[in-house]
Amino acid sequence: MRWLALSVSLVLLATVPFWVASDYYVNIASQILLYAVFALGLNVLVGYTGLVSLGHAGLFGIAAYAGAIFINGGADHLIAILGALAATLLAAAVFAVLTLRGTGLGFVMITVALGQIVWGVAYRWISITNGDNGVSIATRPSPFGLSLATAPGFYWATLLVFLAAVVTIAIFVGSPFGASLRGTRDQPRRMNALGYHVWMIRFLAFLFSGLWSGVAGMLFLYYNQFVSPQVVALGASAEALLMVIAGGTGTLLGPIAGAALVVVMKNVARAYISRWNLVLGAIFVTIVIFMPEGLVPGSVRLWRWAVDRLHPRDVEPGRGARQKSGA
Amino acid sequence: MTALVLDDLEKSFGGLRVTAAVSLAVEPGERRLIIGPNGAGKTTLFNLITGELRPDRGSIRLFDREITRIPSRRRAHLGLARTYQIITLFAGETLLRNVTLSLLGRSRLRWNPFVRLGRQEALIAGARAALERVGLGHLADRPLGQTAYGERRRVEIAMALAQNPRILLLDEPFAGLSIAERRDVQDLLAAIPRDVTVVMIEHDMDVALDFAEQITVLHFGKVLVEGTRAAVVADPQTKEIYLGE
Repeated sequence: MRWLALSVSLVLLATVPFWVASDYYVNIASQILLYAVFALGLNVLVGYTGLVSLGHAGLFGIAAYAGAIFINGGADHLIAILGALAATLLAAAVFAVLTLRGTGLGFVMITVALGQIVWGVAYRWISITNGDNGVSIATRPSPFGLSLATAPGFYWATLLVFLAAVVTIAIFVGSPFGASLRGTRDQPRRMNALGYHVWMIRFLAFLFSGLWSGVAGMLFLYYNQFVSPQVVALGASAEALLMVIAGGTGTLLGPIAGAALVVVMKNVARAYISRWNLVLGAIFVTIVIFMPEGLVPGSVRLWRWAVDRLHPRDVEPGRGARQKSGA
Repeated sequence: MTALVLDDLEKSFGGLRVTAAVSLAVEPGERRLIIGPNGAGKTTLFNLITGELRPDRGSIRLFDREITRIPSRRRAHLGLARTYQIITLFAGETLLRNVTLSLLGRSRLRWNPFVRLGRQEALIAGARAALERVGLGHLADRPLGQTAYGERRRVEIAMALAQNPRILLLDEPFAGLSIAERRDVQDLLAAIPRDVTVVMIEHDMDVALDFAEQITVLHFGKVLVEGTRAAVVADPQTKEIYLGE
């Protein structure tokens, strides 16, 4: 059943350019995937480490800016990508060292401050970032002679990166290190007494989270062929966090669903409703009221509840209730 | 060689001296009971030994090794394990996962992000064995949130024993248990092999008395009386502060 669902979704994802009406919608699918990579990366920190970051757009943007600067400096695309990711990892390490002095609200506030510093640099250090006008790049890469200039070409490349992110993060989460990570989220003091290096575990998780934010930032740069200070603004960090929270923190599918929701609302609803932000807000409020745990876990819960109601005899007495509390 | 030596240990919170010049020595394999009324500084003493608190003065030696400045996570790797008075377990996980995390803490595997934890047969078998040892094997796959308080106490002990410690610190292992549950825990503690040194804190003297060979009475952060079980029980000072006579 699980494998069937997985195979069907893979086939559907791979064939999007064939059954979707126009390039416009293929591009929206690419956007969903690239933001899903960003949200998945952020979720490593928010969901599995229990540290809420409101500065991840800074890391996303550092990758995009660094990539653009490398490319415009004449670097090969491969070098630009590796250079941008190295710069992101370095920035993530600095972010982590500064933010991990606190947890909870202290951590959040330091991430906000760091994100704003990145924004300030992007906006004011005009000789490097071109200020408010942003930086453009001329071309997308053509790995192995395959052009990413077309909407379907770019979509497939993004899909591959997205799948790599999903698989890597799934392995990470199910590993002993992933279990250590969730342990430090739930009982840091106990984990320390059990012999775990809580700070180092969080630091490595921050790097891993930052790395995927950087990958998403590079995808963003290639998608738009442009990056501006808006990308690293506080609103962008908040939007990514909303994707994670709306979809369901600490789940693999949650950030993907959250990214899809936000991107679809931004692009599709905007075409029909001028106050689309209001609609997005209303949707978030609805999610928080009816599914405080997020769309994905919330839907699973409602689905089980509905099944229990419709087929009460299929369920042993009391089992449904217990499953819900365990979910 | 002495298992645990505290030398002139001192800790204050603001103006309150919670640990005042405490010195004591525990021999390998010994069963030591530290008793004292509430507020005597028992848990603070444990927190100093495990490194969760830094002493203001004095030193701690574990098997002749100076550990006063060593971070608490490394003390776990030197063979120091503890249980908590206020239970701090992983409520969302199964009993098996709780104990697995404890075992993982002493394994280099804990840094590995590539393999699946569910497939680490040796580790999981070890965790099952630790649960069997405390009589909870049949509940291994139950989420901790669905177990009774007395069972959680035993999970605490299983987690500590799973780490194969040289010294085990038990912080009020009988607190909040029914008489039947106490008996279970007493049997459990009696079955701990002699190569493990055990130090237990308890404020209720009756439940822990059978277990103890040596007793230290702590009062207002100071060692008031120390000696064999019979000597301490007979001491008039113990009676005065402890038995309320």
